[in-house]
Amino acid sequence: MYQFNYARPKTLAEAEALLAKADDPKLLAGGQTLIPTLKQRLAMPSDLIDIGGLKELDFIRAEGDAVMIGAGAKHATVAQSPDVKKHNPALAALAEGIGDPAVRHMGTIGGSIANNDPAADYPAACLALDAKIHTSKRLIEADQFFKGMFETALEDGEIVKEITFPHPEKAAYMKFPNPASRYAMVGVFVSKGPWGVRVAVTGAGQNGVFRVKEMEDALTKSWSPDAVAGVKVPAKGLNADLHGTAEYRAHLITVMAKRAVAAAG
Amino acid sequence: MPVVAMTVNGKPASADVEARTLLVHYIREQLGLTGTHVGCDTSQCGACVVHVDGRAVKSCAILAVQAEGAEIVTVEGLAKNGELHPVQQAFREHHGLQCGFCTPGMIMTAVDLIRRKPNLDEKTVREELEGNICRCTGYHNIVKAILAASQEMR
Repeated sequence: MYQFNYARPKTLAEAEALLAKADDPKLLAGGQTLIPTLKQRLAMPSDLIDIGGLKELDFIRAEGDAVMIGAGAKHATVAQSPDVKKHNPALAALAEGIGDPAVRHMGTIGGSIANNDPAADYPAACLALDAKIHTSKRLIEADQFFKGMFETALEDGEIVKEITFPHPEKAAYMKFPNPASRYAMVGVFVSKGPWGVRVAVTGAGQNGVFRVKEMEDALTKSWSPDAVAGVKVPAKGLNADLHGTAEYRAHLITVMAKRAVAAAG
Repeated sequence: MPVVAMTVNGKPASADVEARTLLVHYIREQLGLTGTHVGCDTSQCGACVVHVDGRAVKSCAILAVQAEGAEIVTVEGLAKNGELHPVQQAFREHHGLQCGFCTPGMIMTAVDLIRRKPNLDEKTVREELEGNICRCTGYHNIVKAILAASQEMR
């Protein structure tokens, strides 16, 4: 690991001030992606600003027709939260399927979406559930947040504070994990709610998470696994690597979408 | 260099560390507790699992400075008054190891698992061992040992 300065601010305001002052800073939340990245010397930040222990970011509460999750909430906490389980069981199940137990004890939802790994699980949930992402500066709709591989709408010095998930009527996430890394080869989140029907795909796209409009239209007409069975996603723009071709991933999207609709009931 | 202070196996420990020092290296090299192993360089194998404030964490995926003020338990901290922890005892009785390299991580993961889910079945144990790799592929007896320990501890 290269050298860096380390700071552990006590408040979000202090974290913002430190971010503004540092030369090439990185926020450290749970560190389950960042620390392994630093170990491989794939990043060389001047400063690590550790917001992992900020109490003001670590909360989950249900209010009105939504669940608010603090950016610092750990995957294990989301998975076990009575509020999330009650109002959004698909989201709790997704959190329970991230990485492994030790990773879920450290990794945070804010860190996951700010990193926007093209095979991460949470971006699919945010996009499919019409989530609102509250930052230290503004509110960003999930549709506007995920910009591409490891790219988001976040600006320099902007910190994710809270993700608001409106309650879905029906929802489910189905992941086909890579057998070695357990990252999604393809993961499909389907939902039905006040926003209509949404289908979001992670793991497959070269530019990260994306929605499949043809599947959303088909499910709007008829919410059933058969409705998506005939929808083929083009292989163009999908990842191809030693784990699978773009055509294989395209095929998996339809299979996972069918399973997700069946699971959502 | 930053000074970190934490409690390790019930005793206070503090030292100067570079910010980039991983918790596992601090535990092994500065505290001399070599029961916690490093099995990979990619944070996948789980040989380095310790408990940080009661939760299983990969000590190779957290900086020592992040653990400032935390309560750490390593495999050395499980036995009490010369008596093995029930999970350690079960690994011994059921031969839940072959070469033994992954064992500290397996045991620390198992203790955390039994705390979270006292009523275990085989499928759950296998799922929960997702982050612990046994290169000898000796999972069968590891699973058996964990199930036996969870019965014992009920």
